Amino acid sequence: MTDVEMNRLRWRCRRGRLENELVLERFLDAYGAQLEGERLAALKALLDYNDDDLWSLVSGRRECGDPALGEVVQLLRRC
Amino acid sequence: MALAKRSFDAVVVGAGGAGLRAALQLSESGLSVAVLSKVFPTRSHTVAAQGGIGAALGNMDEDSWLWHMYDTVKGSDWLGDQDAIEFMCREAPKLVYELEHFGMPFDRNENGTVYQRPFGGHSQNFGERPVQRSCCAADRTGHAMLHTLYQRNVRAHTQFFVEWMALDLVRDSSGQVLGVTALEMETGEVMILNARATLFATGGAGRIFWSTTNAFICTGDGLGMAARAGIPLEDMEFWQFHPTGVAGAGVLITEGVRGEGGYLLNKNGERFMERYAPNLKDLASRDIVSRAMATEIKEGRGAGPHGDYLLLKLDHLGPEVIDKRLPGIREISKKFANIDPVKDPIPVVPTVHYMMGGIPANYLGEVVVPQGGNPEAVVPGFYAAGECACASVHGANRLGTNSLTDLLVFGKAAAESMIKFLKENPGRKDLPKDAAERTLSRLARLDNQKNGESVAEVATEMRRTMQSHCGVFRFPDTLAEGVKKIRGIADRASRTQIKDKSRVFNTARLEALELDNLVEVARASMVSAEARKESRGAHDRSDQYKDGDRLEYKPVHMKPLTARTIEPKVRTY
Ligand SMILES: Cc1cc2nc3c(=O)[nH]c(=O)nc-3n(C[C@H](O)[C@H](O)[C@H](O)COP(=O)(O)OP(=O)(O)OC[C@H]3O[C@@H](n4cnc5c(N)ncnc54)[C@H](O)[C@@H]3O)c2cc1C
Repeated sequence: MTDVEMNRLRWRCRRGRLENELVLERFLDAYGAQLEGERLAALKALLDYNDDDLWSLVSGRRECGDPALGEVVQLLRRC
Repeated sequence: MALAKRSFDAVVVGAGGAGLRAALQLSESGLSVAVLSKVFPTRSHTVAAQGGIGAALGNMDEDSWLWHMYDTVKGSDWLGDQDAIEFMCREAPKLVYELEHFGMPFDRNENGTVYQRPFGGHSQNFGERPVQRSCCAADRTGHAMLHTLYQRNVRAHTQFFVEWMALDLVRDSSGQVLGVTALEMETGEVMILNARATLFATGGAGRIFWSTTNAFICTGDGLGMAARAGIPLEDMEFWQFHPTGVAGAGVLITEGVRGEGGYLLNKNGERFMERYAPNLKDLASRDIVSRAMATEIKEGRGAGPHGDYLLLKLDHLGPEVIDKRLPGIREISKKFANIDPVKDPIPVVPTVHYMMGGIPANYLGEVVVPQGGNPEAVVPGFYAAGECACASVHGANRLGTNSLTDLLVFGKAAAESMIKFLKENPGRKDLPKDAAERTLSRLARLDNQKNGESVAEVATEMRRTMQSHCGVFRFPDTLAEGVKKIRGIADRASRTQIKDKSRVFNTARLEALELDNLVEVARASMVSAEARKESRGAHDRSDQYKDGDRLEYKPVHMKPLTARTIEPKVRTY
């Protein structure tokens, strides 16, 4: 990932809800440097979710229907 | 250097509840409206509001706007303007019904009316007993409200500038505001957005503190821009500490938990709020509960290995009530406190939550400044609404649910004032030659700085200083020292340096520019806290003071619009 892409991603991890931001921050610290391919695509797709839906997935209130996102959702839940 | 310019009738900076409510009014009246936001509109911080919108609909028990007004005036510790408070409380039901008609999915009673839950500080019959006044959509009121308003704006063809950061106000020599300079993140380009009327709705600034419930975006940009343009800020010493932030994480546990019957315990298992507020107990207003908690901790009755938090108990409500009325609470507790509140109490501490002060505005949303002998001269073309503004309805302490009410009422009122101003002042004034001067020199300074300071380090130092010198309890000596420190920090912030000088999506630059705003807010807060030698609402000083010491730079409006003045008295709950 280029620096610009990483910056854009970090900015989009700014959310309306602090809960999401804290989890995304932990996620980027842990996995940000190696993000590519399907994982990167999955994270980008999740960042397009609204804050409430994203938090429902991250907190485990709801299961993710999309298998392509499952792995990143699991990682976020552990962050 | 000449900058590119785009012109609109109205520019709204901020796409939270206040900005979107205003933009809707403006767009629907046929004006050309640009709304700027640092993030996608529905990611504005309003989305986080859980508890509800305060409005005396009277759907649960008898209620009246006059009682709502009384509670708000009392909550403000008589520092709120009674004309603005009357206006807000009278308008609130109308604005809630309007929102309902826009499609807001409120919770319902069995008879179809909007469900209202109890909330701290709201009472029936002038403080007699709690009343259910908070209109809510489960624990997602802010989310539902923001999405509803956004959809309506799309329908009204409001033009959004997403991932744009406003940098400075443009004022001419007469003081009139003619728009803003702004940076488009994707290109790094700086532009002038020329407006015949400009509204700030940039939200709060909780990120000046170490521990806050606020999202990362709450950096007080509107206040920084106003202050740099010579507009003094009002009531900046008043920061609300929410009683129940999850210890260590800051994440908010809504007051709705106490509204539904949860309560606080100290390490001895004592329900200590019964001692501090015999009537309303855990539902007393926020400053009272936060202070009681800080006292319990200070006197050694805090829970946990370091005795530095208290316990919020709700297991007695049962999983059904918790899951139905407070569903989000369980997940937050599990994730950030490692406990399940169905079984165990949640560790909580008073956490910075809301900025009562801001850009001084009257109840019409017009920004006012001291000028000549007039403490409230209107700044032509400039408006402010929402958390960044000080209308001033919250005074020294805001009641829960009154911010969403404020966003709706004053967002709309400011827009109405703008529409009127634009009608009465047709045509467009020329931009001054130096319109972008301040912005360009700030950017050039940042790009050319040598041997400068690290943005992250200065920000950390600022947050630590605010937390330790300007907390729930305030002491004259630590405040005086805090003023010195924060001035030093502001000085360091004027010498920040960034390594990355690229244009496209340069977040280092954005964060440096945000720090400029944070520091303005932090300095104003510390200096005001030191200067206000009295205890009032959220501002609690340890020293004694005399009545004559009262800080009076802008007289409080004690006269409501139509109601009788609510006379000051000692606040008990
Ligand atoms: C966790 C939490 C729960 C809450 N619950 C409640 C509740 O139940 N009831 C209640 O009444 N209040 C509640 N509050 C308070 C209330 O949510 C906020 O005060 C309110 O939402 C602020 O709305 P706003 O429109 O003023 O600003 P925000 O919603 O914060 O929006 C600010 C907007 O300004 C934009 N912006 C900022 N700076 C710039 C810039 N330089 N350039 C361009 N755009 C910019 C942002 O992108 C954003 O769009 C809660 C607060 C928190 C933190």
